[in-house]
Amino acid sequence: MIHRISRLLVSALVFLGAAQAYAEQYPAKVITIIVPFAAGGPSDTIARLTAQAMGTILKGTMIVENVAGAGGTIGAARLTQAKPDGYTLFIHHIGHATAPALYRKLSYDAMSDFEPVGLINDGAMTFVARKDFPAKDLKELLAYVAANKDKVNMANAGVGSASHLCGMLFMSALKTDLTTIPYKGTGPAMNDLLGGQVDFMCDQTTNTTSHIKAGKIKVYGVTTPKRIASMPEVPTMNEAGMPNFTVTVWHALYAPKGTPKAIVDQLSKALQDALKDPTLKQRFADLGSEPVAQERATPEALRVQLKSEIEKWGPIIKNAGVFAD
Amino acid sequence: MGLIDNIGLGFSVALSAINLLYCLAGVFLGTLIGVLPGLGPTATIAMLLPVTFTLPPVSALIMLSGIYYGSQYGGSTTSILVNVPGEAASVVTALDGYQMALKGRAGVALATAAIGSFFAGTVATVILALFAPPLAEIALKFGPAEFFSLMVLGLLASLVLARGSLLHATGMVVLGLLLGLVGADVNTGTQRYTFGIPQLADGIGFVVVAMGMFGLAEVIRNLENEDDRPTIISKITTLMPTKEDWKRIIGPILRGTAIGSALGILPGSGSILGSFAAYAIEKKVSKNSAEFGKGAIEGVAAPESANNAGAQTSFIPMLTLGIPSNPVMALMIGAMVIQGIQPGPSVITEQPALFWGIIVSMWIGNLFLVILNLPMVGMWVKIVSVPYQYLFPAILVFCGIGVFSLNNTEFDVYLMALFGLVGYIFVKLDCEPAPMLLAFILGPMMEEYMRRALLLSRGDPMIFLQRPISATMLALAALAIIVASLPMFYKKREETFRE
Repeated sequence: MIHRISRLLVSALVFLGAAQAYAEQYPAKVITIIVPFAAGGPSDTIARLTAQAMGTILKGTMIVENVAGAGGTIGAARLTQAKPDGYTLFIHHIGHATAPALYRKLSYDAMSDFEPVGLINDGAMTFVARKDFPAKDLKELLAYVAANKDKVNMANAGVGSASHLCGMLFMSALKTDLTTIPYKGTGPAMNDLLGGQVDFMCDQTTNTTSHIKAGKIKVYGVTTPKRIASMPEVPTMNEAGMPNFTVTVWHALYAPKGTPKAIVDQLSKALQDALKDPTLKQRFADLGSEPVAQERATPEALRVQLKSEIEKWGPIIKNAGVFAD
Repeated sequence: MGLIDNIGLGFSVALSAINLLYCLAGVFLGTLIGVLPGLGPTATIAMLLPVTFTLPPVSALIMLSGIYYGSQYGGSTTSILVNVPGEAASVVTALDGYQMALKGRAGVALATAAIGSFFAGTVATVILALFAPPLAEIALKFGPAEFFSLMVLGLLASLVLARGSLLHATGMVVLGLLLGLVGADVNTGTQRYTFGIPQLADGIGFVVVAMGMFGLAEVIRNLENEDDRPTIISKITTLMPTKEDWKRIIGPILRGTAIGSALGILPGSGSILGSFAAYAIEKKVSKNSAEFGKGAIEGVAAPESANNAGAQTSFIPMLTLGIPSNPVMALMIGAMVIQGIQPGPSVITEQPALFWGIIVSMWIGNLFLVILNLPMVGMWVKIVSVPYQYLFPAILVFCGIGVFSLNNTEFDVYLMALFGLVGYIFVKLDCEPAPMLLAFILGPMMEEYMRRALLLSRGDPMIFLQRPISATMLALAALAIIVASLPMFYKKREETFRE
């Protein structure tokens, strides 16, 4: 009984608080963006750059809070418990769409517990190999892999990571199983690729570009539908010999379910403007990524994207028999 | 010629007024957070990251590096004074440092830590300037098999850390290995011992265990015997090392610097392993090995030098390859990217002012640190004379804040409290936490490297013997076991530890 009363009181307070905040000019206080990864990583960088640009546009302060762990699901769960008042937001990448297939015991629903705000970027991945790997291009690589199925080693950054997803897609396209060597994060995986301990992997441009440019690793293709500006000479995987092979590491902004529509719209508008900011564009380009077009930085576009990605990856992950819990 | 030009460039960058200021700010802040238990460089740099957006890239990185190696200086302070290791690398410093403090030699211990750190920092900076690119290449030769064998060697060293019975130490090592298993399995993602708690999915944090087992357990123990503390204060005599002390610390500082520099280059827990290894080796080679664990000054000098040397050389993979060897380096890479600098092999050629500026600033920073720290020794020592009824709540509060700031979750604070209780029980049972902690760090890494090596060899265990570096280390480990189990040596060991 007491419990019920206190809950009633709390919800009344929340309602009052929300109503008051609503009556005032939004944002009236600091907005916290939960990033479900450690500070300093690529997703954190994307989030911080976005937060900074949006903060300026909204004439408020946006800070990033890193709530890392369990493939981003701890951070996501944290958001679902936050007040839906527009002061707690969430930036996650493609992993938000793959978590439902990877984690059997999620405390939230990736679709219905979140209020989509808009997409942020499309990040490319690159298919790379150690410097002295025999294959010259993707066709030779495919032939080599077919002939040496039991000898080649493919690295990834751990269960559920973008490199793991890309690797699963690669194996599913080849209809074969390869020996995969999992690492704890992309840093150690790249370390062993540079040292020639493993043969190849598929990793985000954030981690690979400088090594490709320095000639320390070989590149076979980018996983986006179109070539990328920072490495225009590198063909897409489709051009290089694997039609229909596309992976983009997309990031998106979410609010908790029940956030007032006016605030979501205001945030979406601010996001669209932020993505036009020249500094942000330049930094994204440095990361081998680019902001999405204005019409995709909207709640509707994100809802469609999230649904189609959940539907795309679910079967691939299930067929591979992979679980993260 | 090229080197002199480069160093000249470095000085011109690092000595500019603004960069000197940021260097000083960095090391000052670093010392401060190092002193506060639990508040580590990772959390601080993460919090300060947005501030650096507006700074020029070189100044930003100079300040962030200063925070990192500054915290390694400061980290020893609470280990020595109140037995709370502020970060992983100072766990071993607590073993003898705190004992020295109990004997009234806190000042000497702190001064030794500062002097050792300064020497090690200077030498490691020179190594960084001279050999960074070739060393990074050598580190790449370390594959999973080599790492596994190195860990085996390290685990054996953990037994040396024990003061009490070998049986207790072995039990603690096994417990540490088991605790290290908690979390998601790297290869399959299967949850082990997580009991459905998502916060345990990535394993138990090292700082949580260390602060609980050392800091909290010590607080409980002190509250139990109330009249323990006042006697210490009256015994504080000298602050600076005596001539005799100097003689005893020169060797350990040199060896600690060498070990720390070498292990720091390796990705993973280089600087942690360095301080443990330096302590273990010192205990073996020292004439005063009987004093270890009871306040041997060598036991402070060696790990402190190793940990600072390692902190500097861990920049090598980050600066030359763009590969983070620890979470702090990952943050530095993040800071670079936000500044529009693509970390990687091209940094040396494309951003020479940045590369050499940071290196030279490290040397200047080390100088600042020793100037800052030596006079403060007297001040820190006074902390011990604060009545314990005021001191211990402060310790608890700082431990709580520090642990919370790691992942912004209160779960870690509860877990630390639990480990505090467990630690207290172990104190009562006469079991040392240090071997457990080393096993806790090394266990998961050992498993990870072993399984990776076996994946690469398709299950053939010969991979560990076919690769020369790995085989050599395993041979050394085998030799250590044989020597330790020879009856004569065993007897000597008994004498050493039973005293």
